[in-house]
Amino acid sequence: MSQETAYANKSIFTPFNIIASIIIIAGLIVTVLRFTKGLGTVTNLDNNNPWGIWIGFDLLCGVALAAGGYVTSAACYIFGLKRYHSAVRPAILTAFLGYALVVLALHYDVGRPWRLPYPVFISQGTTSLLFEVGLCVFLYLSVLFIEYSPAALEWLGLKKIRNLIVRLTLVLTIFGVILSTLHQSSLGALFMIAPSKLHPLWYSNYLTVYFFISSMFSGLSMVIFEGSLAHRYFHNKMDETHLKESKDVALGFGKAASFIMMGYVGVKLIGISIDNNWHYLTTGWGAWYLLELIGFAAIPSFMYAIAVREKNLRLVRWAALISVIGVVLNRFNVSLVAFNWQLTSAERYFPSWSEIVISLFVVTIGLVVYRFIVTRMPILHEHPDYQHDN
Amino acid sequence: MDTIFYTLHDFLLHSKSVTYILIGGILIGLMLFWIFLTGRDEKKRTF
Repeated sequence: MSQETAYANKSIFTPFNIIASIIIIAGLIVTVLRFTKGLGTVTNLDNNNPWGIWIGFDLLCGVALAAGGYVTSAACYIFGLKRYHSAVRPAILTAFLGYALVVLALHYDVGRPWRLPYPVFISQGTTSLLFEVGLCVFLYLSVLFIEYSPAALEWLGLKKIRNLIVRLTLVLTIFGVILSTLHQSSLGALFMIAPSKLHPLWYSNYLTVYFFISSMFSGLSMVIFEGSLAHRYFHNKMDETHLKESKDVALGFGKAASFIMMGYVGVKLIGISIDNNWHYLTTGWGAWYLLELIGFAAIPSFMYAIAVREKNLRLVRWAALISVIGVVLNRFNVSLVAFNWQLTSAERYFPSWSEIVISLFVVTIGLVVYRFIVTRMPILHEHPDYQHDN
Repeated sequence: MDTIFYTLHDFLLHSKSVTYILIGGILIGLMLFWIFLTGRDEKKRTF
């Protein structure tokens, strides 16, 4: 049976399609409300809490979890670890979709989408960190689009332009690493402007370093996590090379993530020590901080190490999942939980249902587009015309 | 019990002293962790 016939015979009413459709319809309704009635109608934001989950989750977590793009391409093309080549395209695609959705989600928070090019082309606020972040995200999204495009061009059969872009791979990878270094750290720096609002355990002069280092293991963990999902749901789309290399990719990336995470724990301890914040660790906030640092950084680091020593693929995948949750928890803590920690509970922020719907809407669009691309374009397999060409 | 600091110098002397000792410990700890992490790697041929 040909692939087309198989598609035609398959019902469109799968559980995934039904749930995704409901979320997308709900998201579109809230979108109309947001852009016609304003932020006040759909969010719980106020003057104390101007940034909610659209920034804390969609933007901060989106950017951190999309770091797999620069980490994987740097490993393969700059450090010459060609045995991880099969992981590059899925990682670049995830990063591209991640950043595209970050920009989409930003529209909801910022409003007036037609003004999006203003900070870059019309009125540059060169002394603002937000300008730096905006410029980097704009440039890196463009770089990721070009890095991803060979897959689409192979699918469309446009050989000449595809070959031209493939020649730019190394330059694009270098751009990607530089731009990621800049804006991953700058997202942490955004919170350095509010030392009195962020709890001392999370506030540090090293916030930029924390955000950058955590983006590295976040990217590696996301590649492993996404690889395990792809292995499960798109197994039939993977060619022999991808299937053969997937274990090496998971164990190799797990090893790197393990060491980086342990270094991250060390740097965080240095941060506590240099500000002499040890006494906060015995408070309730300290318990929450230790849960994040030990439960979602030190323990998965050890899990990775044991898994790599014993070549245990299952344990690597569990460690990746815990690490991904840990990074999300860290970004939530910095931007929401430990932010405005001195306010009374009545003044604290909790997202409204419509904010949560929009976040789910954005993630669902990402999943739907990812599935559309992966089932059609050469992401998890090599195009027959270009094998041994990369 | 919290240490009472009367001057910035006192504070920096205390926090930096603790931090430098901690950094030494972390560096040794990271080396040991690396040995643990790579303990079962296949040895590469160097000839």
